[in-house]
Amino acid sequence: MHLAYPAVLAALLFCVGLYGVLARRNAILVLMSVELMLNAVNLNLVAFDVWLRDTLHAGQALTLFTIAIAAAEIGIGLAIVLMVHRNQGTSDVDRLRDTAEGPDTPEAPDASDERREPTDEKTEAAA
Amino acid sequence: MTLAATAQQTQGFLSTSGVEITFVLVGLVTLGAALVTVTTRQLVHAALWLVVALGGLAVEYLLLTAEFIAWVQVLIYVGSVVVLLLFGLMLTKAPIGRSPDADSGNRPVALAVALTAAVALVWVVVDAFRTTWIDLDGAVQGSTEVTGAVLFRHWVLPFEALSVLLLAALVGAIVLSRKKEQER
Repeated sequence: MHLAYPAVLAALLFCVGLYGVLARRNAILVLMSVELMLNAVNLNLVAFDVWLRDTLHAGQALTLFTIAIAAAEIGIGLAIVLMVHRNQGTSDVDRLRDTAEGPDTPEAPDASDERREPTDEKTEAAA
Repeated sequence: MTLAATAQQTQGFLSTSGVEITFVLVGLVTLGAALVTVTTRQLVHAALWLVVALGGLAVEYLLLTAEFIAWVQVLIYVGSVVVLLLFGLMLTKAPIGRSPDADSGNRPVALAVALTAAVALVWVVVDAFRTTWIDLDGAVQGSTEVTGAVLFRHWVLPFEALSVLLLAALVGAIVLSRKKEQER
């Protein structure tokens, strides 16, 4: 098999994932695009391992490690997205502007104070 | 160019074996599913098309004779990662049906960046590996026996480190998603 076929497929998949990461707004869709990019890298690793006929099979071992790390990454990522959704009420990545600098900097402390008030009340109620 | 000419004589520039045709066809399906995944406006459909893309990649691994990786791909990606993503969509109250704000405002910039990267990468890769062929006729490169022997003979230490990492990720996910004391 021509080595260019898997290599080109991996490059195109990586670029599709890159577009998804940059263009999507929902955080879970961004995570899906990250998965596509990781899979493109895995395809490259497997193809070059088979081509080189490595005796240690470093490419395939590294692919297995990448798959496991991707599973850990998706677990942590989804936990963070769920926490953000619970605290902020949205999982859109371009609405999470708490740490943003720019023209709306003076308003930022008020917004964070308003959002912190309910939890303070809740703490007092619990106390 | 002379290298390409000699390679053509021995191998044929497009040696249309059955494996190559299957690889290209499955690759087209995979790429199309990936494109639909990143462009569709229905969030649940994006997760389901991701299953098609990941399953297509598993078939590609099988065609490259890496069968153990193919089954790991099916088990972990199609089996658990997509289920996790669907649960995430469900728990964040993702709208069923078309959501008009699935794409953010920097879509043209993203398209430009992705197209530039695609052109550059494909150009470099095709130019570099124009005269290289994978020999798939010899011994199977990624059978379960070979992968298991290599993994537990030469890669034991990274394997164990990875299990510690998975444990840490598990504990971290539980800590992150647990509710605080006063919210119960």
